[in-house]
Amino acid sequence: MGLALPLAGLVAAQDDPRRKARPQPNDRLVFARGDRQGQPIMLADLPAGGPLLTAYPMDPTAKVVRDDSRLNQILLVRLDPSRLNGDTRERAADGVVAYSAVCTHTGCDTWDWQPESSTIKCPCHFSEFDLKESARVMNGPAPRRLPALPLKVVDGALAVAGGFVGRPGFEAGG
Amino acid sequence: MSAKKLASLGFVILVALGPAMLNAQSTVSYTSVTEQRLLNPEPQNWLMYRGSFNGWGYSPLDQVTPANVKKLVPVWTFSTGVNEGHQSPPIVNNGVMFVTTPQQQVIALNAKTGDLIWRYKKDLPEDLLQLHPTNRGVALLGDRVYMATVDAHVIALDARTGAVVWDTTVEDYKKGYYFTLAPLIAKGKVMVGTSGGELGIRGYIAALDAADGKPAWKTYTIPGPGEPGHDTWPGETWKTGGVSVWLTAHYDPDLNLSFWGTGNAAPWMGDMRPGDNLYSSSVLALDVDTGKIRGYHQYHWNDSWDWDEVSTPLLIDFPKDGRTVKGLVHPGRNGYLWRLERRADGIKFVDARPFVTQEVFTKLDPVTGRPSYNEERKPRAGASVTFCPGLWGGKDWTPASYNPKTKYLYIPANENLCSTLVGQAKPDPYEPGKLYLGIDRPKTTMSWRQGASHIGELQAWDMTTGQRVWTHKFPFQNWGPILTTGGGLVFLGGTNDRNFWAFDAKTGAELWKFKTNSGITGVPSSFAIDGVQYIAVQSGWGVDAQRMQARLDTFRGTKTEVPQGGVIWVFALKD
Repeated sequence: MGLALPLAGLVAAQDDPRRKARPQPNDRLVFARGDRQGQPIMLADLPAGGPLLTAYPMDPTAKVVRDDSRLNQILLVRLDPSRLNGDTRERAADGVVAYSAVCTHTGCDTWDWQPESSTIKCPCHFSEFDLKESARVMNGPAPRRLPALPLKVVDGALAVAGGFVGRPGFEAGG
Repeated sequence: MSAKKLASLGFVILVALGPAMLNAQSTVSYTSVTEQRLLNPEPQNWLMYRGSFNGWGYSPLDQVTPANVKKLVPVWTFSTGVNEGHQSPPIVNNGVMFVTTPQQQVIALNAKTGDLIWRYKKDLPEDLLQLHPTNRGVALLGDRVYMATVDAHVIALDARTGAVVWDTTVEDYKKGYYFTLAPLIAKGKVMVGTSGGELGIRGYIAALDAADGKPAWKTYTIPGPGEPGHDTWPGETWKTGGVSVWLTAHYDPDLNLSFWGTGNAAPWMGDMRPGDNLYSSSVLALDVDTGKIRGYHQYHWNDSWDWDEVSTPLLIDFPKDGRTVKGLVHPGRNGYLWRLERRADGIKFVDARPFVTQEVFTKLDPVTGRPSYNEERKPRAGASVTFCPGLWGGKDWTPASYNPKTKYLYIPANENLCSTLVGQAKPDPYEPGKLYLGIDRPKTTMSWRQGASHIGELQAWDMTTGQRVWTHKFPFQNWGPILTTGGGLVFLGGTNDRNFWAFDAKTGAELWKFKTNSGITGVPSSFAIDGVQYIAVQSGWGVDAQRMQARLDTFRGTKTEVPQGGVIWVFALKD
């Protein structure tokens, strides 16, 4: 009996629909991996010009991290606000831009940062996206841009201002 | 053949509406596929990945010849509506064609008219990662069609309707396991091997009962504790050591052995896992009934070049020192043409020689074939190393072909390419489902040798002498799986100019080409209906051919547009 309750709690956590839900307004962003996994990401954690950080959204009230879907991974990087195009600047918070971390081509989620051009390259099939310009496709087989995520800053921490602009993930076609 | 006779061979496909059936337009008879038929496929059919268990990619049909091939014209096409690498052969059973596409579709067509019979689309998980968005084809048995999927299922479909008979989840795709190969079917078992080496999986080959999809056996390509070869992996590296299986095994029914090519070890830098790393970059002989390993040959140890020995050796008997060797012939990604002997008690090295420029091996042990390396050309942690052939090797997955009339082996090769790999000082920590390469990715580059005149080659090697007899050169890369025919022809695509090519099998003379919708990396096949020989292939560029193109464009400062989108092409002689 002693094990029953914790196990039941574990099962409940695994099936918690909040962990699968896409980012919601006011969600906080937390480190997706590394020594600070699960901790809030502060503006100060993002130096200008990179590198990239990968985040998950977290329900700010229940403190539930929405990490039960790869599609909730969010790429963050801090860029020079004067170099951002209009839509990107509006969605950025103090120059920090956020995009779905899942490639729209075939769903890879590892990225190579190219700081000179503020672009990223997918090592799987070499699609390149310009993070200054709403992550438009510059090269490669990706059929569409990475969905952007509007940001705001709350008490020095990064938070979600609105849902993904577009559906994260790949298109099967056919 | 009359409709009555057709009906007597099988049963009429009368398509009803259902989840797998879209726009049903055709009524065709279906002939059951027995194991006996798989052992002795009729000349007019193409019943499995390479046409026959020996892996030759050979059709005995001889209506199309060097004399008339210029009259070859398309008789029908079918647009798949899918992008990416269309690599599967049109598999044909008495007038019914089955083709798979990326994103796990199976399309059943009237092979004579091109009319759709049924179409199956798997509902793939939306969070799937597809490093290799492709599928290499179906397998047939009885009245069913079998497919291994990119989300690590094996599925049996009703050949008449496309309805799902069973669907077995073999592995959790979220851990980086996926299937790209066409299953091998023998002795009532459906056999598959797993991809995912770039994601730090532990490779294996698994068999399922063809009747109900229940697991029959599973053999890891990396030995576990207590198994022979486990000590070739230090510490815990065996758990994430890769060694994928990418392609369908070939099968010797007399020995009851299936032969599987295996991939490289993970992460890529050999000094991150010192040892031979069995059974990476090898051929494994597995007992079909039990999955027990009966023998192996490791082409090269402690791989550090991403040289998957992904292709399956062809079962070719050849003369050597006054006797006939029951052989295994493998043009390797490591740039050597390997000839081995397949025996009940294992696999024995016979000989090997480079078929492209190879600057890594310094010598081979004359008895075992074990190579010695130029250590300066072996990538390692914390260093930048350039080597030739590059990471896609002398030949990647694209199948070679053997013609028993010419006794020539045809190799789709890439010459003059080199890679530079920079090893991380220490690999990023393993995380399930994430890339696990151990390299500084942005510093990975491709180049070609100074003064090189070309890259792609179609080579012919005489298996009676072991010597190369002719080479056709293409300016750029060749990613063309090969078909050879009893009419004395060799067909392939593979070039970035969208052409489908025909060559004289004996002389290598270029005889015909046809520009299709996209680049061709599909496996060609040949079949006959009502006395007419057809040549079929899918055109649809993607995956590694696209990746290599991007690397070459970066090196050359060019931008080459190879349009994507799959189309099935079927050709026959114009009246």
